[in-house]
Amino acid sequence: MVSVGAAVKEPGSTRKNKTGSWRTFKPILDKEKCIECENCIMFCPEGCINKDYDIDYDYCKGCGICEEECPVKAIKMERE
Amino acid sequence: MVLKVMSANQAIAEAVKLANPNVIPVYPITPQTTISEYLAKFVADGDIKAEYIRVESEHSAISACLGASGTGVRVFTATSSQGLALMHEIIFAAAGLRAPIVMADANRALSAPLSIWNDQQDSISERDSGWMQIYAENGQEALDSILISYRVSEDKEVLLPSMVCIDGFILTHTVEPVDVPGKEDVDKFLPLYKPDHAYLDPKRPMSIGTFTDPNYYMEARHDMEVALEGAKKVITKANSEFAEIFGRKYDFVEKYRSDDADIILVAMGSICSSIKDVVDELRDKGEKIGLVRVRVFRPFPTDEIYEAIKGASKIGVLDKNVSFSIGGVLHNEIKAKMDVDAYGFIVGLGGRDIKPEHIKEIIEKTKNPTTQSQWIGLNKEDI
Repeated sequence: MVSVGAAVKEPGSTRKNKTGSWRTFKPILDKEKCIECENCIMFCPEGCINKDYDIDYDYCKGCGICEEECPVKAIKMERE
Repeated sequence: MVLKVMSANQAIAEAVKLANPNVIPVYPITPQTTISEYLAKFVADGDIKAEYIRVESEHSAISACLGASGTGVRVFTATSSQGLALMHEIIFAAAGLRAPIVMADANRALSAPLSIWNDQQDSISERDSGWMQIYAENGQEALDSILISYRVSEDKEVLLPSMVCIDGFILTHTVEPVDVPGKEDVDKFLPLYKPDHAYLDPKRPMSIGTFTDPNYYMEARHDMEVALEGAKKVITKANSEFAEIFGRKYDFVEKYRSDDADIILVAMGSICSSIKDVVDELRDKGEKIGLVRVRVFRPFPTDEIYEAIKGASKIGVLDKNVSFSIGGVLHNEIKAKMDVDAYGFIVGLGGRDIKPEHIKEIIEKTKNPTTQSQWIGLNKEDI
């Protein structure tokens, strides 16, 4: 049942709507090479990389900005 | 009753004053401009307690309307032609988000070639948006239609926006006597707008205008279809209450000497006044001619039009618009929904004058049809 005007009246709908399925290329981070500069964390438009440099693949859409911004090429985009 | 002499644009501004919206984002455009000017004056003088937003375009005007409506307040805007076309994207969004915005459209031709003069192509081109559309014949009806539109749009069974269409220059810039109702009567007819469907309130958070995946989109659109069809009942109720309070009775269609007519013309807007004169003249000569004026175009009053025209042997439909390669839109919709012998006539595009002799020519061509659809009033030497 859709509400009038398709308003979402309960929070949390994004938990059900996992946008990671849109991804074609998946970022793989090599923690050995990583210098913990936080560039990828700050540039990720989806906030999908946490302070421990774990990538949230439920919501990462595979845009590749993290790979572009990594100064030591620790992130590689691999086809799903 | 005190009649005041005014243009349809002023009549609309007077109606807006009586409805007292809280937010009025308007961008001026010929021939709507004086509506925006009257409203600016009313707000400046404190006659309307509203936020008047001087937006930078019509896309912004309707966007501001939608945003304001999303906070749960009554809003108004007005535009014309290119302005309405620029609003197109948000016109659809406003209906989909079920924002009961009321807008006046001063009907004007669309470019190219650029024209400031009247036809109804602009609003007809928005017919699939989910907005209700009323075509007024005169200034009084323009004023009354604004009040009826707020009442119907804000009804919980409807919650869809409304467009009140008035013919550019013919109505917007000519004056006639108009009865401006009293505020107490209007307050009886039009209660305060109290939404409970979709509006932004920090105490009751919700998201409006979100992305919708294929599991939900079709239901939301189907709800609009149900609401627009359901609006017919609400319009009927509003019309009868309006008649009780103000003494003026409106309907989906107006039947003018059509009950026993053999030939019936169907049209919308101010041209109907000219047609009525021609009908009177021909009736005096014993010809059984009548007019059916379509006042509410969306929701499309199939049953009411059919009831009004089914007794005639032939029907002539006048359209101040064209859907290229298929003809006039009202003609085609009547043909699609009703088993009647109807012929289409494209008239008055870009302000081309429609004279009594053109209307008589249309009646003759309806009696002796040669084609399904034709253009009337073209300059012969240019063909």
